[in-house]
Amino acid sequence: MSTGILLQIAQTLIAILLAPLLMGWVNQCRAWLQGRSAPPLTQPYRTLKKLFHKDAVIAHHASPLFRFAPYMIFSCMVLAAGLVPTVANDLPFSPAADVIALVGVFALARVFLALAAMDIGTAFGSLGARREMLVSFLAEPALLMVLFTASFISQSTELPVIVDTLAHREFAIYPSLAFAAVAFWMVSTAENARIPVDNPTTHLELTMIHEAMILEYSARHLALIEWAVALKLYVYSALGIALFVPWGIAPQGDLGALPLAILALLAKLAAGGAALSLLEAVFAKLRLFRAPEFLGTAFLLGVLGMLIHFLLEV
Amino acid sequence: MFVLAGFDTHFLDLAWAGVLLWLVLGFSALLAQRSKNVLLRLIFPLGGGVALCMAAIGLAGLTAPPATLVLPIGLPDLPFHLRLDALSAFFLLLLGSASFGVTVYATGYFRSMKSAPLALLGLWYHLFLAGMAMVMLADDAYAFMVAWEVMALSSYFLVTTDHDVPEIRRAGFLYLLIAHVGAVSLLLAFGVMQGGNGDFTFATMRQAEMTPYWASVTFLLALFGFGAKAGLVPLHVWLPEAHPAAPSPVSALMSGIMLKTAIYGLLRVTFDLLDVQLGWWGTLALALGLITALYGVIFAAVQSDMKRLLAWSSIENIGILLAAFGLTLIFYTDGKGALAALTLTAMLYHAINHAFFKSLLFVGAGSVLHATGERRMGKLGGLIRFMPWTAWLTLIGVLAIAGLPPLNGFISEWLLLQAFLLTPGLTQPYLNMVIPVAAAAVALAAALAAYVMVKFFGVIFLGQPRAPALVHAHEASWPERLGMLWLAAGCLLLGLFPVQTIAAIAPVVRLLTGQALVNAGNWLLIAPLAAERAGYAPLLFLAVVLTVLLLSFIWVRRVYHGRVRRADPWDCGYPEQDARMQDSAEGFGQPIRHIFAAFMRVERETPDPFDRHPHYRGDSRDKLWLLLYQPIARLTGWLSDQAARLQHGRIQWYLMYSFATLVFLLIFVSH
Repeated sequence: MSTGILLQIAQTLIAILLAPLLMGWVNQCRAWLQGRSAPPLTQPYRTLKKLFHKDAVIAHHASPLFRFAPYMIFSCMVLAAGLVPTVANDLPFSPAADVIALVGVFALARVFLALAAMDIGTAFGSLGARREMLVSFLAEPALLMVLFTASFISQSTELPVIVDTLAHREFAIYPSLAFAAVAFWMVSTAENARIPVDNPTTHLELTMIHEAMILEYSARHLALIEWAVALKLYVYSALGIALFVPWGIAPQGDLGALPLAILALLAKLAAGGAALSLLEAVFAKLRLFRAPEFLGTAFLLGVLGMLIHFLLEV
Repeated sequence: MFVLAGFDTHFLDLAWAGVLLWLVLGFSALLAQRSKNVLLRLIFPLGGGVALCMAAIGLAGLTAPPATLVLPIGLPDLPFHLRLDALSAFFLLLLGSASFGVTVYATGYFRSMKSAPLALLGLWYHLFLAGMAMVMLADDAYAFMVAWEVMALSSYFLVTTDHDVPEIRRAGFLYLLIAHVGAVSLLLAFGVMQGGNGDFTFATMRQAEMTPYWASVTFLLALFGFGAKAGLVPLHVWLPEAHPAAPSPVSALMSGIMLKTAIYGLLRVTFDLLDVQLGWWGTLALALGLITALYGVIFAAVQSDMKRLLAWSSIENIGILLAAFGLTLIFYTDGKGALAALTLTAMLYHAINHAFFKSLLFVGAGSVLHATGERRMGKLGGLIRFMPWTAWLTLIGVLAIAGLPPLNGFISEWLLLQAFLLTPGLTQPYLNMVIPVAAAAVALAAALAAYVMVKFFGVIFLGQPRAPALVHAHEASWPERLGMLWLAAGCLLLGLFPVQTIAAIAPVVRLLTGQALVNAGNWLLIAPLAAERAGYAPLLFLAVVLTVLLLSFIWVRRVYHGRVRRADPWDCGYPEQDARMQDSAEGFGQPIRHIFAAFMRVERETPDPFDRHPHYRGDSRDKLWLLLYQPIARLTGWLSDQAARLQHGRIQWYLMYSFATLVFLLIFVSH
């Protein structure tokens, strides 16, 4: 039990520390693909350090909610990072919340971010909040459909059981998971504010979604939010790995498999980050009202995946 | 509890005494119409005390064996029959616990009213509570209908408290009309169930054997009748009119509790009184429920009146309850007792959750209305700075109704989604296909609810005040805060202790489905059916979030600093900023209006850019009103016009009518 708790804490800490690196890697890959000279891999850490050192500038009439939200969002993402198995499976904390609760954690963080964005009462803040909620009300059910498909296959909504079923029991090809994977990619671009739904590097306020919500944040609050964003990308990547390429995650109690598991995780994250930047490089950002169509497609693909599971795999 | 179990019939006596007390309090409110102090310091608090006792009776009655009581009042050969079983007890608990908070709130809220109307309101308020309690206790159709009508009429008078406003009179009339259309349907349902033997007690109805045909007729009549009370689409039109018209504590009671009496009735008739249940009823209820949920939440998103928004959100929640009811029926008739127990648990859990968070939101909106005199969200904003108590307590309700962990709304949605996930293996293959799609619809409704609630809270409490007078908005009074605190604490505790709540609900579930939900977890962890299938431990969840929150806060402060500089908002450097640049309520709902344009008819008046005093109006009308109700109204109007032709005002013609009628009757009788 105590090794379990240690492993749990270690896995969460790895996630917290590794998340900015993944962000740096994605940025580096994208810079290469765009023919720019890339920032160093450690750039996100430097940005965070710089932000933590600065004085926070807050609007005169900001409410306590505005200052509380970054900590809340960060905590939610840390919790999510503790839930998704990345290195070892079936850790002591995992029964606390299953995949539906994981979606709930993301929703909790999102609602706090949207509320904080509306707190100052600027035009861009409420614009961002409205768009974020628009994107999420379509993305969240689609994500649930993807998770349901995986849950139907493994007869469980517990992530450790899903990983165990897909990775360690007999190998089978699930056509439904192919649909789910495409839907998952579409949802995760939307939820992580990536192209084609949102553009993380945009400087044009009118096209912003996520960035518009955090315009009023500075210094440590901004740093926490940026870190939470990096963590969210990491958690989504880990979730994708757990659902679609779970091989390599160490089963419960198998400490000898850990070094290999860490290597496998790093390799998969590197490949995933490169793929993400490639997809970002070949797609253009969608107009805002095309985003519902994009996410509606993801939703339908998720539902289709589920129905195909019933038709072919039961 | 073991000591009390020996006196189990006494719980029913106590409940009946509580009803009587409410009646007495109601009528003594009329006597005290001179003194506001007596009303607010004595009568309403006593009513609240009775509510708390009712909650305790309900809690105790959950585990007690069913008790019956025959009262010597009523018709000559049909005295009132009362019965307290687990189902009644659960809804009594819901009624008592939620109405306690609302009543405490009301003692502060009604302080600004004049004493004469307040006395009248006190009468109807307590009659309303007594009527609802009697609905839950009634054990014969006559007592049930009398209580049902007391509830409907007293709430009609409560809705029309401000009866000098024409819209409120209109809303009240619409409510009364639909309530009575529903009541007629219920009367017919009871008529079918008693089967012509003239015995209207529920005990006889339980024993009656029915053919599936007549059972289906009864179910459809009951679904229509209770659906009219619950706000089932397309019988929902009264709800967004009546709830905003009533004073806020009354809206809270109507939305939080009265709608649940319809759910209670539906459960009572379907699972208790009818002896056959058919699978297609469940499919019908599921479909209607999902349509109601989506319809409700879409319209909630485009509202700009805060109480109307909450009323539409109630329609959504009723839809979710009905969908859970439909699923329960499907599983039950398919012989999947464990799954039926799961969905029924989810449904009852959601019913009590909704009673708490919707009451909390309505009274929170009431405090805002009191402080600002404004119901239109477009005139509010920034109130978190002037009314922090109201804002933070309302935030708990907002997070709960948006279905976010670790609050209570999440648990019932979680249980319901688990039920959807466990469906494979039903005997009808088409259901295996339909139910996942239904899960998608529930997920969509839940996600949209978060949108609606961000809009509700963000536009009212956050941002800059949209009207200059809002700076003077005063905080809610202490009784109001205490009432809200009670309701918010309910949301939090129901969210943190699901295992204990589910164990408390178990007798009801066992009574109706014959099985209770098995918890494979421990006191901390709920795991319906099996531990490896699903699990959720809200206390652990909260502990981790709080720990990380605290650690990260200390770490940031220790390692770095906590320096803050105050400045004007940046807003990308735009120099001109004013409150009108924020999203209005209409603006925040615009994407939904855009995406779901097919459901509504949008009327807009937009100002031209050079207008010095621009006026914007956007109104999204319910298309069902235009497609369904207006033709009915026109037809009724036409028919009455035709009938009015008989009326000339000439005495000769009227004598002719009497003569013709007499001749006709004579011919009829002689044959």
